[in-house]
Amino acid sequence: MRNSVFWLVIVAVGIAFVVVSRLYLTNEYFYFAGYVVLQYIVLSTAWNILGGYTGYTNFGTGAFFAVGAYSSAVLHKLPQLLHSAFDLTIIPVPLPVMIVVGGLISGLLGLGTGYLTLRLRGVFFAIATLALSIVVQTLIVNWDFVGGSRGIYIIRPAMAPLGGGYIEYLFTLMTALSVLSVGIARSIEGSRLGLGLAAIRDDELAAEASGVPTLRLKLIATTMSGALMGMAGAPLPYYVTYLDPASSFNLAYAVNSVAMPVIGGMTSWIGPVIGAILLGTIQQLATVTISSALNLLIVGVLLILFVIIAPNGIVGLVQGWRRKWESDG
Amino acid sequence: MADTLLEVTGLGKRFGGFVALEGIDLTIAKGERLGLIGPNGSGKSTLVNCLCGTLHNESGTVVFAGKRLDGMIAHERTRLGLARSFQLPKPFHSMSLVDNIRVPLLYTVNARHGHHLTDAAIAERCEELLTHVGLADKARRRPRDLTQVEMRKLELARAVATQPTLLFADEAMAGLSHSEIEEIIAVLLRLNGQGITIVLIEHIMSAVMSFSTRLVVLVAGHKIADGLPQEAIRNPEVERAYLGE
Repeated sequence: MRNSVFWLVIVAVGIAFVVVSRLYLTNEYFYFAGYVVLQYIVLSTAWNILGGYTGYTNFGTGAFFAVGAYSSAVLHKLPQLLHSAFDLTIIPVPLPVMIVVGGLISGLLGLGTGYLTLRLRGVFFAIATLALSIVVQTLIVNWDFVGGSRGIYIIRPAMAPLGGGYIEYLFTLMTALSVLSVGIARSIEGSRLGLGLAAIRDDELAAEASGVPTLRLKLIATTMSGALMGMAGAPLPYYVTYLDPASSFNLAYAVNSVAMPVIGGMTSWIGPVIGAILLGTIQQLATVTISSALNLLIVGVLLILFVIIAPNGIVGLVQGWRRKWESDG
Repeated sequence: MADTLLEVTGLGKRFGGFVALEGIDLTIAKGERLGLIGPNGSGKSTLVNCLCGTLHNESGTVVFAGKRLDGMIAHERTRLGLARSFQLPKPFHSMSLVDNIRVPLLYTVNARHGHHLTDAAIAERCEELLTHVGLADKARRRPRDLTQVEMRKLELARAVATQPTLLFADEAMAGLSHSEIEEIIAVLLRLNGQGITIVLIEHIMSAVMSFSTRLVVLVAGHKIADGLPQEAIRNPEVERAYLGE
């Protein structure tokens, strides 16, 4: 399918999804749960751009996500700050603008991180990204303006654009972000950039010897991946209404964003989407029926199962069946 | 030399306290078929790595097609026309053979000023290159389906896809049978016939002697002989290095 057609299809699917949800979902819980699953579609798709397409495992999802969330918290407090410091009155910053700003800041963080760490490979790169998460968390914990370790309360605006309650608005925005991230991932996959990233994943020396500017492409991947993660994090303060470092840097973001593409399949855009829907839904069900404490245990068990049964994820499993069916037929 | 393609002067490379290369002077003319030999650990691959930008030499200068390569990274050198195949084949495992060839066409040929191959031209060139090395019938297969000699041919085809003027074939025949070696030599001779200067780094002396028009011998990071193949192998220093005192 051509990219332009694919974009049209996923935008149409996104709109239809929101419209149907608004028509038939009356219980707010479904929006809260759906928001989390959609958020994981964005995070796992973003992770897969660097981890799946390029072969660099990033354990710093929490850092990029939280930077997006905290940039929104700063922008939320901005009118109050400008008023008290300079007697300036500005309108509250709209959430879509916060999402763009969160994406830009996290993208810059991705670029900087990439520049400093992309000479590392494998487990060393993964450790460096984990360290990034700790460094950023330490900075936030010691930044009083955003509440430091005690956190910050965010009051949602009284009115939500596009009609309905604020949670419906957040759900709509996260659907749009999911469509955006999936569209970007699919566009990369079939492009010259995607081929270059795959070459890097397969063999970096051979890629460089084939003329692939490996450092530049890796920086593009870290920047895009970081930006999408930041965009996913930007609406978080309005979702949770209380933002604190412990929850915004939660290890679950890093673990889930790795596990979902691994379970779904890392070589295709659909893999992270399947992984996020499957794992995200199971986690939401477990949260309401048993306990949210089980969430990471579920991830661990599923990861072990998939590494044994389907190391290339659900997509790899289906492709294998299809190849077998074609060769038998 | 009027038709000099590559000029290396005083090249040196160390790994900590170990001197891998020291004071290497080497000139390669356009269209030459140069054999580069030496015992294991003599610095052949290190020299190729330094010339192709995979490693950075601490001393000396490298001038290729009139341009100084010092500080230039590997993909920039590839785009200038300096290609290599690897001692251990490094195919892009997740891609079909066609996509393996598309990578250099998209990133090297299309990145050169004034060049832009259309999708149709790229597809045509991929087929042409795979036919050239006898892999056209496996174009949609993955590298894991190839035999050792086919893997070596893919490696050469991918290097040639960059449209090089100088190709380093690093042990392109290692582990191959006699008839397979003949196949690779035939491919290399055809490429040389098309105007590509080739440096063959090899341990199989019969292959080197039948292919090369000039021989350079490295021992312990030093160049000890440079000349016609028959003369170079009779050099007393070369005999000592290979056969002992």
